[in-house]
Amino acid sequence: MPYIDLEEGVPGIRSLALYRPETGEHLYNLARVLLRGASTLSEGERELIGAYVSYRNNCVFCANSHAAAARCLYGDNEQLVDEVLRDMNAAHISDKLKALLNIAGKVQILGKEVKPEDVAAARAQGATDREIHDTVLIAATFSMFNRYVDGLATFTPTDDEAYAEMGKRMVEKNYQMPVKES
Amino acid sequence: MPYIPLEAHLPGITGLLEYSPESGEPIRELTQVLLRGPSTLTEGERELIATAVSHRNACRFCTTAHTAIADVLFGEHETSAKVKENIMTAPVSGKMKALLTIALQVAESGKSVTAGSIQRAKDEGAIDVEIHDTVLIASLFCLYNRYVDGLATVTPNNPDFYEGMANRLKEHGYVRLEEGYDHLKGQHIE
Repeated sequence: MPYIDLEEGVPGIRSLALYRPETGEHLYNLARVLLRGASTLSEGERELIGAYVSYRNNCVFCANSHAAAARCLYGDNEQLVDEVLRDMNAAHISDKLKALLNIAGKVQILGKEVKPEDVAAARAQGATDREIHDTVLIAATFSMFNRYVDGLATFTPTDDEAYAEMGKRMVEKNYQMPVKES
Repeated sequence: MPYIPLEAHLPGITGLLEYSPESGEPIRELTQVLLRGPSTLTEGERELIATAVSHRNACRFCTTAHTAIADVLFGEHETSAKVKENIMTAPVSGKMKALLTIALQVAESGKSVTAGSIQRAKDEGAIDVEIHDTVLIASLFCLYNRYVDGLATVTPNNPDFYEGMANRLKEHGYVRLEEGYDHLKGQHIE
């Protein structure tokens, strides 16, 4: 039961964007720039960073929905998403992505946890300044979204099917601001 | 020394927002709505939420900057100092104590916010949108604090820097300055 008067049956961040469109608009714009904007990281990799941080923050809604979006984007390799959430270091992903996920995990704890050696390790695997920047900002942004969604106790669906649908929509609609159905 | 190349005359958050203007814009707009938009919470009260969360996250740049802004808005230094020390004994209203308590719970984790702390805020007269904005401001500063420290941006020690920043933010708000930031080149940062 949400802590404030949100529209019934609308899950997570969507219910909050509908409640306060003045802030929701900018939150959706930020998500769209970071996860769908021009980048040398694939959309799948960026969704994976979001899912990974959300999973570590125990935000069930964000973790499940972004994992579902990442599965859609990874297509035939969708099992990589679950490998990363189970044990990132053992997952069949590039060493560069592992180094970036390591940085994202540090950001999830606190900004100061990111050490020069974490950044050096990412650079050694070919990560650029821009990719390091985007990884830190995506992880920081999910540290915000996770708190916002859980801090107001928004509705969190429990069935996998609902998230699979959501993931598909996130890939097709690319974070368009939700509008109230009349 | 920042982990990525940032403009030397723009320490802390400003260098990051200028490094990546595409993401900087929605972050700035969101901050402007939350901290300066129409609200039944005063600008000073909202800055106290930002200050308390940044302090809890040990982000020295954000804490010092928002302390300076709160002090400019309140016209004294006592309120922000006491809020950082102990919310319960700080010279703020019962409603603000309850909202600041929620903000610090958010800083820990979204799941740390309890039905009891929400109820207490409502008992003290907080309305839904105030609770909403408190949670989102606290969450937003969890972003800022991680962004600023996660890339090891420069934290000036010079109090004049923060006073200048506070006056700029009081006058212009959080949106990007129309003329950009080149006029700050050569400002004293140490």
